[in-house]
Amino acid sequence: MKILVPVKRVIDYNVKPRVKADGTGVDLANVKMSMNPFDEIAVEEAIRLKEKGVATEIFAVSVGPQKAQETLRTALAMGADRAILVQTDDEVEPLAVAKILKAIADEEQPGLVVLGKQAIDDDSNQTGQMLAALMGRPQGTFASVVTVEGDSVTVTREVDGGLETVKLALPAIVTTDLRLNEPRYASLPNIMKAKSKPLATKTPADYGVDTTPRLKALKVTEPPVRSAGIKVADVDALVVKLKEMGVAQ
Amino acid sequence: MSVLVYAEHDNASLKDATLAVVSAAAKLGEVHVLVAGSGAKAAADAAGKISGVAKVLLADDAAYANQLAENIAPLVAGLMVGYDALLAPATAHGKNIAPRVAALLDVAQVSDILSVEGPKTFTRPTYAGNAIATVESSDAKLVITVRGTAFAKAEPTGGSASVEAVAAAGDAGISSFVGAEIAKSERPELTAAKIIVSGGRALKDADTFKATVFPLADKLGAAVGASRAAVDAGYVPNDYQVGQTGKIVAPEVYIAVGISGAIQHLAGMKDSKTIIAINKDEDAPIFQVADIGLVADLFKAVPELTGKL
Repeated sequence: MKILVPVKRVIDYNVKPRVKADGTGVDLANVKMSMNPFDEIAVEEAIRLKEKGVATEIFAVSVGPQKAQETLRTALAMGADRAILVQTDDEVEPLAVAKILKAIADEEQPGLVVLGKQAIDDDSNQTGQMLAALMGRPQGTFASVVTVEGDSVTVTREVDGGLETVKLALPAIVTTDLRLNEPRYASLPNIMKAKSKPLATKTPADYGVDTTPRLKALKVTEPPVRSAGIKVADVDALVVKLKEMGVAQ
Repeated sequence: MSVLVYAEHDNASLKDATLAVVSAAAKLGEVHVLVAGSGAKAAADAAGKISGVAKVLLADDAAYANQLAENIAPLVAGLMVGYDALLAPATAHGKNIAPRVAALLDVAQVSDILSVEGPKTFTRPTYAGNAIATVESSDAKLVITVRGTAFAKAEPTGGSASVEAVAAAGDAGISSFVGAEIAKSERPELTAAKIIVSGGRALKDADTFKATVFPLADKLGAAVGASRAAVDAGYVPNDYQVGQTGKIVAPEVYIAVGISGAIQHLAGMKDSKTIIAINKDEDAPIFQVADIGLVADLFKAVPELTGKL
Protein backbone atom coordinates (compact mmCIF):
# COMPACT_ATOMS: atom_id res chain seq x y z
CA MET A 1 0.00 0.00 0.00
CA LYS A 2 1.18 3.47 -0.90
CA ILE A 3 0.71 6.41 1.44
CA LEU A 4 0.32 9.95 0.17
CA VAL A 5 1.51 12.61 2.61
CA PRO A 6 0.75 16.21 1.65
CA VAL A 7 2.99 18.75 3.41
CA LYS A 8 2.91 22.55 3.59
CA ARG A 9 5.68 25.08 4.02
CA VAL A 10 4.59 27.58 6.65
CA ILE A 11 5.99 30.16 9.03
CA ASP A 12 7.95 28.41 11.79
CA TYR A 13 5.97 27.47 14.88
CA ASN A 14 8.20 29.61 17.13
CA VAL A 15 8.07 32.81 15.10
CA LYS A 16 5.62 35.51 16.09
CA PRO A 17 3.82 36.61 12.91
CA ARG A 18 3.83 40.34 12.08
CA VAL A 19 1.11 41.95 10.03
CA LYS A 20 2.42 44.14 7.20
CA ALA A 21 1.86 47.85 7.68
CA ASP A 22 -0.13 48.10 4.43
CA GLY A 23 -2.63 45.48 5.62
CA THR A 24 -2.02 43.08 2.73
CA GLY A 25 -0.93 40.12 4.80
CA VAL A 26 1.71 38.79 7.15
CA ASP A 27 5.35 39.69 6.57
CA LEU A 28 7.17 36.53 5.52
CA ALA A 29 10.34 38.20 4.19
CA ASN A 30 13.41 36.82 5.99
CA VAL A 31 11.21 34.81 8.34
CA LYS A 32 12.13 31.26 9.27
CA MET A 33 9.89 28.78 7.43
CA SER A 34 9.36 25.12 8.33
CA MET A 35 7.12 22.18 7.65
CA ASN A 36 3.66 22.64 9.16
CA PRO A 37 3.92 20.83 12.54
CA PHE A 38 0.80 18.74 11.93
CA ASP A 39 2.27 17.59 8.60
CA GLU A 40 5.46 16.48 10.37
CA ILE A 41 3.24 14.28 12.51
CA ALA A 42 1.66 12.95 9.28
CA VAL A 43 5.06 12.11 7.78
CA GLU A 44 6.07 10.37 11.01
CA GLU A 45 2.86 8.32 11.08
CA ALA A 46 3.38 7.21 7.47
CA ILE A 47 6.96 6.16 8.27
CA ARG A 48 5.78 4.15 11.29
CA LEU A 49 3.21 2.39 9.10
CA LYS A 50 5.99 1.54 6.66
CA GLU A 51 8.20 0.30 9.48
CA LYS A 52 5.34 -1.94 10.60
CA GLY A 53 5.13 -3.38 7.09
CA VAL A 54 1.69 -1.86 6.45
CA ALA A 55 2.91 0.60 3.83
CA THR A 56 5.30 -0.12 0.99
CA GLU A 57 5.95 3.39 -0.27
CA ILE A 58 5.52 6.94 1.04
CA PHE A 59 5.32 9.85 -1.33
CA ALA A 60 5.13 13.44 -0.16
CA VAL A 61 3.44 16.22 -2.10
CA SER A 62 3.61 19.95 -1.57
CA VAL A 63 1.70 22.66 -3.38
CA GLY A 64 3.62 25.90 -3.17
CA PRO A 65 6.60 27.96 -4.28
CA GLN A 66 9.94 26.61 -5.44
CA LYS A 67 11.22 26.84 -1.87
CA ALA A 68 8.66 24.24 -0.79
CA GLN A 69 11.30 21.84 -2.16
CA GLU A 70 13.08 22.30 1.18
CA THR A 71 9.97 21.08 2.99
CA LEU A 72 9.80 18.05 0.71
CA ARG A 73 13.50 17.35 1.31
CA THR A 74 12.73 17.36 5.05
CA ALA A 75 10.01 14.76 4.46
CA LEU A 76 12.47 12.70 2.38
CA ALA A 77 15.12 12.99 5.09
CA MET A 78 12.63 11.79 7.69
CA GLY A 79 11.90 8.73 5.56
CA ALA A 80 9.55 9.45 2.64
CA ASP A 81 10.61 7.66 -0.57
CA ARG A 82 9.89 10.31 -3.21
CA ALA A 83 8.26 13.67 -3.60
CA ILE A 84 6.22 15.80 -5.97
CA LEU A 85 6.30 19.59 -5.89
CA VAL A 86 3.29 21.19 -7.53
CA GLN A 87 4.90 24.53 -8.06
CA THR A 88 3.03 27.82 -7.97
CA ASP A 89 3.72 31.23 -6.48
CA ASP A 90 0.02 31.94 -6.08
CA GLU A 91 -1.86 31.54 -2.85
CA VAL A 92 -3.69 28.23 -3.25
CA GLU A 93 -6.85 27.74 -1.19
CA PRO A 94 -7.68 24.41 0.50
CA LEU A 95 -10.32 23.54 -2.13
CA ALA A 96 -7.79 23.86 -4.98
CA VAL A 97 -5.14 21.97 -2.99
CA ALA A 98 -7.70 19.19 -2.45
CA LYS A 99 -8.42 19.10 -6.20
CA ILE A 100 -4.72 18.78 -7.02
CA LEU A 101 -4.32 16.03 -4.41
CA LYS A 102 -7.38 14.27 -5.83
CA ALA A 103 -5.80 14.26 -9.30
CA ILE A 104 -2.55 12.89 -7.86
CA ALA A 105 -4.46 10.23 -5.90
CA ASP A 106 -6.26 9.20 -9.10
CA GLU A 107 -2.87 8.62 -10.75
CA GLU A 108 -1.09 7.01 -7.82
CA GLN A 109 -3.92 5.13 -6.07
CA PRO A 110 -2.67 5.45 -2.46
CA GLY A 111 -4.36 3.28 0.18
CA LEU A 112 -4.08 6.06 2.74
CA VAL A 113 -3.66 9.80 2.63
CA VAL A 114 -2.26 11.19 5.90
CA LEU A 115 -2.07 14.95 6.38
CA GLY A 116 -2.12 17.60 9.09
CA LYS A 117 -5.50 18.64 10.45
CA GLN A 118 -4.71 22.28 9.81
CA ALA A 119 -1.88 24.51 8.69
CA ILE A 120 -0.71 26.97 11.32
CA ASP A 121 -0.70 29.87 8.85
CA ASP A 122 -4.25 30.09 7.48
CA ASP A 123 -5.73 27.88 10.24
CA SER A 124 -8.38 26.66 7.77
CA ASN A 125 -8.70 23.00 8.83
CA GLN A 126 -10.32 22.01 5.51
CA THR A 127 -8.00 20.22 3.06
CA GLY A 128 -8.31 16.64 4.38
CA GLN A 129 -12.09 16.76 4.64
CA MET A 130 -12.38 18.32 1.17
CA LEU A 131 -10.07 15.72 -0.36
CA ALA A 132 -12.13 12.95 1.25
CA ALA A 133 -15.32 14.45 -0.25
CA LEU A 134 -13.79 14.79 -3.72
CA MET A 135 -12.49 11.20 -3.60
CA GLY A 136 -15.77 9.92 -2.18
CA ARG A 137 -13.77 8.21 0.56
CA PRO A 138 -14.08 8.19 4.38
CA GLN A 139 -12.20 10.57 6.69
CA GLY A 140 -10.66 10.12 10.12
CA THR A 141 -10.00 13.68 11.24
CA PHE A 142 -8.02 14.85 14.33
CA ALA A 143 -6.47 11.40 14.77
CA SER A 144 -4.69 10.35 17.95
CA VAL A 145 -4.42 6.62 17.12
CA VAL A 146 -4.30 5.02 13.65
CA THR A 147 -4.47 1.23 13.19
CA VAL A 148 -4.59 -0.43 9.77
CA GLU A 149 -6.06 -3.93 9.64
CA GLY A 150 -6.83 -5.67 6.36
CA ASP A 151 -8.93 -3.41 4.18
CA SER A 152 -9.86 -0.92 6.87
CA VAL A 153 -8.31 1.62 9.19
CA THR A 154 -9.47 2.32 12.73
CA VAL A 155 -8.97 5.91 13.82
CA THR A 156 -9.34 7.32 17.33
CA ARG A 157 -10.28 10.99 17.03
CA GLU A 158 -9.84 13.88 19.45
CA VAL A 159 -13.30 15.41 19.78
CA ASP A 160 -14.66 18.12 22.08
CA GLY A 161 -15.83 15.84 24.88
CA GLY A 162 -12.97 13.33 24.71
CA LEU A 163 -12.22 10.61 22.17
CA GLU A 164 -14.23 8.88 19.45
CA THR A 165 -13.26 5.84 17.40
CA VAL A 166 -14.38 5.16 13.83
CA LYS A 167 -13.63 2.37 11.37
CA LEU A 168 -13.06 3.42 7.78
CA ALA A 169 -12.89 1.39 4.58
CA LEU A 170 -9.62 1.88 2.67
CA PRO A 171 -8.66 3.97 0.80
CA ALA A 172 -9.20 6.59 3.49
CA ILE A 173 -8.02 10.03 4.51
CA VAL A 174 -6.56 10.65 7.98
CA THR A 175 -5.82 14.08 9.43
CA THR A 176 -3.41 14.24 12.34
CA ASP A 177 -3.82 15.78 15.76
CA LEU A 178 -1.01 16.71 18.15
CA ARG A 179 -0.87 13.52 20.15
CA LEU A 180 -0.71 10.99 17.32
CA ASN A 181 3.07 10.68 17.65
CA GLU A 182 6.26 12.63 18.23
CA PRO A 183 8.02 13.22 14.91
CA ARG A 184 11.62 12.12 14.59
CA TYR A 185 14.51 14.36 13.69
CA ALA A 186 16.22 13.56 10.43
CA SER A 187 19.75 12.27 10.99
CA LEU A 188 22.64 13.82 9.08
CA PRO A 189 23.22 10.71 6.91
CA ASN A 190 19.51 10.67 6.07
CA ILE A 191 19.58 14.36 5.18
CA MET A 192 22.45 13.59 2.78
CA LYS A 193 20.59 10.58 1.36
CA ALA A 194 17.44 12.65 0.86
CA LYS A 195 19.29 14.82 -1.64
CA SER A 196 19.37 11.96 -4.12
CA LYS A 197 15.78 10.79 -3.63
CA PRO A 198 13.46 11.55 -6.58
CA LEU A 199 11.65 14.90 -6.50
CA ALA A 200 9.40 15.66 -9.49
CA THR A 201 8.16 19.17 -10.28
CA LYS A 202 4.72 19.77 -11.74
CA THR A 203 2.26 22.65 -11.99
CA PRO A 204 -1.43 22.93 -11.06
CA ALA A 205 -2.17 23.09 -14.83
CA ASP A 206 -0.59 19.63 -15.25
CA TYR A 207 -3.48 18.36 -13.12
CA GLY A 208 -6.06 20.55 -14.83
CA VAL A 209 -6.80 22.50 -11.66
CA ASP A 210 -7.77 26.16 -11.67
CA THR A 211 -6.30 27.73 -8.51
CA THR A 212 -8.03 31.10 -8.80
CA PRO A 213 -8.96 32.06 -5.22
CA ARG A 214 -12.64 32.01 -4.31
CA LEU A 215 -12.07 34.20 -1.27
CA LYS A 216 -10.75 37.70 -1.73
CA ALA A 217 -8.65 38.98 1.15
CA LEU A 218 -9.78 42.58 1.57
CA LYS A 219 -7.38 43.36 4.39
CA VAL A 220 -5.36 41.82 7.18
CA THR A 221 -5.10 43.58 10.52
CA GLU A 222 -3.54 43.08 13.92
CA PRO A 223 -5.94 41.82 16.56
CA PRO A 224 -6.84 44.24 19.34
CA VAL A 225 -3.85 44.35 21.66
CA ARG A 226 -4.27 43.45 25.29
CA SER A 227 -2.09 45.50 27.47
CA ALA A 228 -0.45 44.17 30.55
CA GLY A 229 -2.34 44.99 33.72
CA ILE A 230 -1.10 45.18 37.25
CA LYS A 231 0.98 42.87 39.39
CA VAL A 232 -0.21 42.10 42.87
CA ALA A 233 2.29 41.55 45.68
CA ASP A 234 0.86 38.46 47.29
CA VAL A 235 -2.06 36.06 47.56
CA ASP A 236 -3.93 38.35 49.97
CA ALA A 237 -3.89 41.15 47.41
CA LEU A 238 -5.16 38.73 44.76
CA VAL A 239 -7.99 37.62 47.05
CA VAL A 240 -8.99 41.29 47.48
CA LYS A 241 -9.04 41.72 43.69
CA LEU A 242 -11.14 38.58 43.18
CA LYS A 243 -13.61 39.81 45.78
CA GLU A 244 -13.83 43.23 44.10
CA MET A 245 -14.62 41.46 40.83
CA GLY A 246 -17.36 39.44 42.48
CA VAL A 247 -15.60 36.18 41.66
CA ALA A 248 -15.28 35.30 45.32
CA GLN A 249 -17.23 36.28 48.41
CA MET B 1 -30.78 35.25 1.97
CA SER B 2 -31.88 31.83 3.24
CA VAL B 3 -29.51 30.29 5.77
CA LEU B 4 -29.25 26.71 6.99
CA VAL B 5 -27.68 26.20 10.41
CA TYR B 6 -26.16 22.81 11.13
CA ALA B 7 -27.16 21.99 14.72
CA GLU B 8 -24.77 20.30 17.10
CA HIS B 9 -26.63 17.91 19.39
CA ASP B 10 -26.51 14.48 20.99
CA ASN B 11 -30.00 13.46 19.78
CA ALA B 12 -31.50 14.12 23.21
CA SER B 13 -30.48 17.75 23.57
CA LEU B 14 -29.06 20.63 21.61
CA LYS B 15 -25.49 21.77 22.30
CA ASP B 16 -24.93 25.35 23.34
CA ALA B 17 -22.61 25.88 20.36
CA THR B 18 -25.68 25.96 18.11
CA LEU B 19 -26.98 29.15 19.78
CA ALA B 20 -24.06 31.35 18.72
CA VAL B 21 -24.34 30.00 15.18
CA VAL B 22 -28.01 31.01 15.07
CA SER B 23 -26.99 34.56 16.08
CA ALA B 24 -24.41 34.73 13.30
CA ALA B 25 -26.90 33.28 10.79
CA ALA B 26 -29.56 35.82 11.75
CA LYS B 27 -27.22 38.57 10.51
CA LEU B 28 -27.42 37.04 7.02
CA GLY B 29 -31.09 36.15 6.57
CA GLU B 30 -33.91 33.79 7.47
CA VAL B 31 -32.63 30.99 9.69
CA HIS B 32 -33.57 27.34 9.31
CA VAL B 33 -31.89 24.72 11.48
CA LEU B 34 -31.03 21.18 10.41
CA VAL B 35 -31.03 18.49 13.07
CA ALA B 36 -29.59 15.29 11.62
CA GLY B 37 -29.61 12.39 14.02
CA SER B 38 -31.39 9.25 15.12
CA GLY B 39 -34.27 9.56 17.57
CA ALA B 40 -33.48 13.27 17.59
CA LYS B 41 -37.00 14.68 17.92
CA ALA B 42 -36.16 16.20 21.31
CA ALA B 43 -33.17 18.06 19.88
CA ALA B 44 -35.30 19.27 16.95
CA ASP B 45 -38.01 20.53 19.31
CA ALA B 46 -35.35 22.40 21.29
CA ALA B 47 -34.04 23.95 18.06
CA GLY B 48 -37.58 25.14 17.24
CA LYS B 49 -37.72 27.05 20.52
CA ILE B 50 -34.58 29.09 19.81
CA SER B 51 -35.47 32.72 19.31
CA GLY B 52 -34.99 33.73 15.66
CA VAL B 53 -35.36 30.30 14.09
CA ALA B 54 -38.03 30.18 11.34
CA LYS B 55 -38.05 26.46 10.61
CA VAL B 56 -36.40 23.23 11.76
CA LEU B 57 -35.55 20.40 9.40
CA LEU B 58 -35.29 16.98 11.05
CA ALA B 59 -33.46 14.20 9.23
CA ASP B 60 -34.03 11.22 11.50
CA ASP B 61 -32.37 8.02 10.40
CA ALA B 62 -30.20 5.27 11.87
CA ALA B 63 -27.43 6.37 9.45
CA TYR B 64 -27.13 9.65 11.39
CA ALA B 65 -27.02 8.14 14.88
CA ASN B 66 -23.33 8.99 15.32
CA GLN B 67 -23.29 11.81 12.80
CA LEU B 68 -20.53 10.39 10.63
CA ALA B 69 -19.30 12.94 8.09
CA GLU B 70 -19.55 10.42 5.23
CA ASN B 71 -23.31 10.12 5.78
CA ILE B 72 -24.15 13.65 6.90
CA ALA B 73 -22.30 15.59 4.18
CA PRO B 74 -24.35 14.28 1.20
CA LEU B 75 -27.57 15.01 3.13
CA VAL B 76 -26.53 18.60 3.85
CA ALA B 77 -25.17 19.17 0.33
CA GLY B 78 -28.50 17.96 -1.10
CA LEU B 79 -30.50 20.31 1.15
CA MET B 80 -28.28 23.25 0.14
CA VAL B 81 -30.13 23.40 -3.21
CA GLY B 82 -32.68 25.46 -1.31
CA TYR B 83 -30.26 27.66 0.66
CA ASP B 84 -27.68 30.39 0.06
CA ALA B 85 -25.51 29.68 3.09
CA LEU B 86 -24.62 26.90 5.51
CA LEU B 87 -23.37 27.84 8.96
CA ALA B 88 -21.94 25.30 11.40
CA PRO B 89 -20.20 25.72 14.75
CA ALA B 90 -16.38 25.74 14.64
CA THR B 91 -16.32 22.79 17.04
CA ALA B 92 -14.60 19.45 16.46
CA HIS B 93 -17.86 18.20 14.98
CA GLY B 94 -18.62 21.23 12.81
CA LYS B 95 -15.04 21.28 11.51
CA ASN B 96 -15.37 17.63 10.54
CA ILE B 97 -18.58 18.10 8.54
CA ALA B 98 -18.51 21.58 6.96
CA PRO B 99 -15.46 21.28 4.64
CA ARG B 100 -16.80 17.97 3.32
CA VAL B 101 -20.05 19.74 2.41
CA ALA B 102 -18.16 22.69 0.88
CA ALA B 103 -16.17 20.40 -1.42
CA LEU B 104 -19.33 18.59 -2.53
CA LEU B 105 -20.80 22.01 -3.41
CA ASP B 106 -17.51 23.13 -5.03
CA VAL B 107 -17.25 26.23 -2.83
CA ALA B 108 -14.54 27.58 -0.55
CA GLN B 109 -15.23 27.46 3.17
CA VAL B 110 -14.79 30.46 5.40
CA SER B 111 -13.48 28.96 8.65
CA ASP B 112 -14.01 30.20 12.19
CA ILE B 113 -15.63 33.59 11.48
CA LEU B 114 -15.42 36.33 14.12
CA SER B 115 -17.88 38.76 12.55
CA VAL B 116 -20.29 39.29 9.68
CA GLU B 117 -19.23 42.43 7.81
CA GLY B 118 -21.58 42.11 4.83
CA PRO B 119 -23.62 39.50 2.95
CA LYS B 120 -20.44 37.83 1.70
CA THR B 121 -17.77 39.47 3.86
CA PHE B 122 -16.46 38.09 7.13
CA THR B 123 -13.51 38.41 9.46
CA ARG B 124 -11.58 35.34 10.56
CA PRO B 125 -8.43 34.67 12.59
CA THR B 126 -5.25 33.39 10.93
CA TYR B 127 -1.74 32.72 12.29
CA ALA B 128 -3.07 31.69 15.72
CA GLY B 129 -5.13 34.86 15.92
CA ASN B 130 -2.13 37.11 15.28
CA ALA B 131 -3.61 38.35 12.00
CA ILE B 132 -7.30 38.98 11.42
CA ALA B 133 -8.28 38.62 7.78
CA THR B 134 -11.33 40.25 6.22
CA VAL B 135 -12.41 38.02 3.35
CA GLU B 136 -15.11 38.28 0.71
CA SER B 137 -16.47 35.15 -0.92
CA SER B 138 -17.08 35.02 -4.66
CA ASP B 139 -18.92 31.70 -4.52
CA ALA B 140 -22.62 31.36 -5.28
CA LYS B 141 -23.18 29.62 -1.95
CA LEU B 142 -21.45 30.15 1.39
CA VAL B 143 -20.15 27.50 3.74
CA ILE B 144 -19.04 28.95 7.05
CA THR B 145 -17.94 27.76 10.47
CA VAL B 146 -18.59 30.13 13.36
CA ARG B 147 -16.38 30.81 16.39
CA GLY B 148 -18.77 30.46 19.30
CA THR B 149 -17.08 33.00 21.56
CA ALA B 150 -17.37 35.75 18.94
CA PHE B 151 -21.17 35.88 18.81
CA ALA B 152 -23.77 36.33 21.55
CA LYS B 153 -25.85 33.23 22.12
CA ALA B 154 -29.40 33.32 20.73
CA GLU B 155 -32.13 32.95 23.37
CA PRO B 156 -32.88 29.23 23.71
CA THR B 157 -36.57 30.01 24.32
CA GLY B 158 -39.20 32.24 22.79
CA GLY B 159 -39.28 30.72 19.32
CA SER B 160 -42.03 28.51 17.95
CA ALA B 161 -40.66 27.17 14.67
CA SER B 162 -42.30 24.13 13.11
CA VAL B 163 -40.33 20.91 12.72
CA GLU B 164 -40.43 19.45 9.23
CA ALA B 165 -39.15 15.95 8.47
CA VAL B 166 -36.73 15.67 5.55
CA ALA B 167 -35.79 12.49 3.72
CA ALA B 168 -32.56 10.80 4.73
CA ALA B 169 -29.79 10.32 2.18
CA GLY B 170 -28.87 6.84 3.44
CA ASP B 171 -25.68 5.22 4.66
CA ALA B 172 -22.65 5.71 2.42
CA GLY B 173 -21.39 2.35 3.71
CA ILE B 174 -17.73 3.40 3.95
CA SER B 175 -17.42 4.20 7.65
CA SER B 176 -18.79 2.98 10.96
CA PHE B 177 -18.80 4.17 14.54
CA VAL B 178 -16.83 1.99 16.97
CA GLY B 179 -17.17 3.83 20.26
CA ALA B 180 -16.47 6.96 22.28
CA GLU B 181 -14.84 7.85 25.56
CA ILE B 182 -16.57 11.00 26.58
CA ALA B 183 -15.35 12.42 29.86
CA LYS B 184 -18.00 13.00 32.49
CA SER B 185 -17.41 15.92 34.78
CA GLU B 186 -19.38 17.74 37.43
CA ARG B 187 -17.61 20.93 36.45
CA PRO B 188 -18.95 23.36 33.83
CA GLU B 189 -18.10 22.74 30.19
CA LEU B 190 -14.92 24.56 29.16
CA THR B 191 -16.44 26.52 26.27
CA ALA B 192 -19.48 27.59 28.32
CA ALA B 193 -17.83 28.34 31.69
CA LYS B 194 -17.81 31.80 33.27
CA ILE B 195 -14.57 31.05 35.13
CA ILE B 196 -11.73 28.80 33.98
CA VAL B 197 -8.67 27.70 35.92
CA SER B 198 -5.99 26.41 33.55
CA GLY B 199 -2.75 24.66 34.36
CA GLY B 200 0.52 24.33 32.49
CA ARG B 201 3.58 22.14 32.39
CA ALA B 202 4.82 23.58 35.68
CA LEU B 203 2.23 21.41 37.45
CA LYS B 204 4.75 18.51 37.25
CA ASP B 205 2.47 15.49 36.88
CA ALA B 206 -1.15 14.34 36.75
CA ASP B 207 -1.50 13.97 40.53
CA THR B 208 0.00 17.37 41.26
CA PHE B 209 -2.24 18.95 38.60
CA LYS B 210 -5.30 17.38 40.26
CA ALA B 211 -4.21 18.31 43.76
CA THR B 212 -3.37 21.92 42.86
CA VAL B 213 -5.73 23.09 40.11
CA PHE B 214 -8.90 21.11 40.83
CA PRO B 215 -9.54 22.43 44.39
CA LEU B 216 -9.21 26.05 43.21
CA ALA B 217 -11.53 25.38 40.27
CA ASP B 218 -14.08 23.70 42.52
CA LYS B 219 -13.96 26.55 45.04
CA LEU B 220 -14.76 28.99 42.24
CA GLY B 221 -17.25 26.75 40.40
CA ALA B 222 -14.86 26.96 37.46
CA ALA B 223 -14.06 24.71 34.52
CA VAL B 224 -10.55 23.27 34.23
CA GLY B 225 -8.35 23.90 31.20
CA ALA B 226 -4.74 23.18 30.32
CA SER B 227 -1.94 24.22 28.02
CA ARG B 228 -0.82 21.92 25.24
CA ALA B 229 2.33 21.07 27.20
CA ALA B 230 0.26 19.84 30.15
CA VAL B 231 -1.94 17.72 27.89
CA ASP B 232 1.02 16.32 25.93
CA ALA B 233 2.67 15.38 29.21
CA GLY B 234 -0.45 13.43 30.15
CA TYR B 235 -1.50 15.51 33.18
CA VAL B 236 -5.07 15.82 31.82
CA PRO B 237 -7.00 14.47 28.79
CA ASN B 238 -6.97 16.12 25.35
CA ASP B 239 -10.36 17.78 25.73
CA TYR B 240 -8.90 20.12 28.38
CA GLN B 241 -6.59 21.82 25.88
CA VAL B 242 -7.04 25.54 25.31
CA GLY B 243 -5.28 27.07 22.33
CA GLN B 244 -4.90 27.55 18.58
CA THR B 245 -5.75 23.94 17.86
CA GLY B 246 -7.62 23.12 21.04
CA LYS B 247 -10.61 24.90 22.48
CA ILE B 248 -11.19 28.61 22.07
CA VAL B 249 -12.55 30.12 25.26
CA ALA B 250 -13.60 33.58 26.39
CA PRO B 251 -14.79 33.36 30.00
CA GLU B 252 -15.34 36.25 32.40
CA VAL B 253 -12.23 35.19 34.32
CA TYR B 254 -9.35 33.03 33.11
CA ILE B 255 -6.82 32.01 35.74
CA ALA B 256 -3.59 30.72 34.20
CA VAL B 257 -1.52 28.71 36.65
CA GLY B 258 2.04 27.84 35.70
CA ILE B 259 1.39 28.65 32.04
CA SER B 260 4.16 30.57 30.29
CA GLY B 261 1.91 31.92 27.52
CA ALA B 262 3.08 30.59 24.15
CA ILE B 263 1.30 32.31 21.25
CA GLN B 264 -0.54 29.08 20.51
CA HIS B 265 -2.03 29.12 24.01
CA LEU B 266 -2.81 32.84 23.95
CA ALA B 267 -4.73 32.24 20.71
CA GLY B 268 -7.23 30.19 22.65
CA MET B 269 -7.90 32.49 25.62
CA LYS B 270 -6.88 36.08 24.96
CA ASP B 271 -10.48 37.20 24.46
CA SER B 272 -11.24 36.36 28.09
CA LYS B 273 -12.62 39.36 29.94
CA THR B 274 -10.14 39.24 32.81
CA ILE B 275 -6.94 37.21 32.72
CA ILE B 276 -5.17 36.36 35.96
CA ALA B 277 -1.73 34.76 35.81
CA ILE B 278 0.20 33.01 38.54
CA ASN B 279 3.76 32.17 37.52
CA LYS B 280 7.11 32.24 39.23
CA ASP B 281 8.89 33.57 36.13
CA GLU B 282 8.21 37.30 36.07
CA ASP B 283 9.31 37.47 32.42
CA ALA B 284 6.77 34.86 31.28
CA PRO B 285 4.84 36.15 28.22
CA ILE B 286 1.53 35.41 29.97
CA PHE B 287 2.08 38.55 32.08
CA GLN B 288 1.99 40.68 28.91
CA VAL B 289 -1.70 39.86 28.47
CA ALA B 290 -2.70 39.36 32.09
CA ASP B 291 -4.87 41.96 33.82
CA ILE B 292 -3.69 40.75 37.20
CA GLY B 293 -0.38 39.00 37.69
CA LEU B 294 1.07 37.29 40.72
CA VAL B 295 4.74 36.36 40.57
CA ALA B 296 4.93 33.45 42.97
CA ASP B 297 5.62 29.76 43.38
CA LEU B 298 2.32 28.22 42.35
CA PHE B 299 2.74 25.29 44.74
CA LYS B 300 2.54 27.76 47.62
CA ALA B 301 0.29 30.43 46.12
CA VAL B 302 -2.49 28.27 44.68
CA PRO B 303 -3.26 26.26 47.84
CA GLU B 304 -3.07 29.49 49.85
CA LEU B 305 -5.48 31.17 47.43
CA THR B 306 -7.85 28.20 47.54
CA GLY B 307 -7.77 28.33 51.33
CA LYS B 308 -8.48 32.05 51.54
CA LEU B 309 -11.43 32.12 49.14
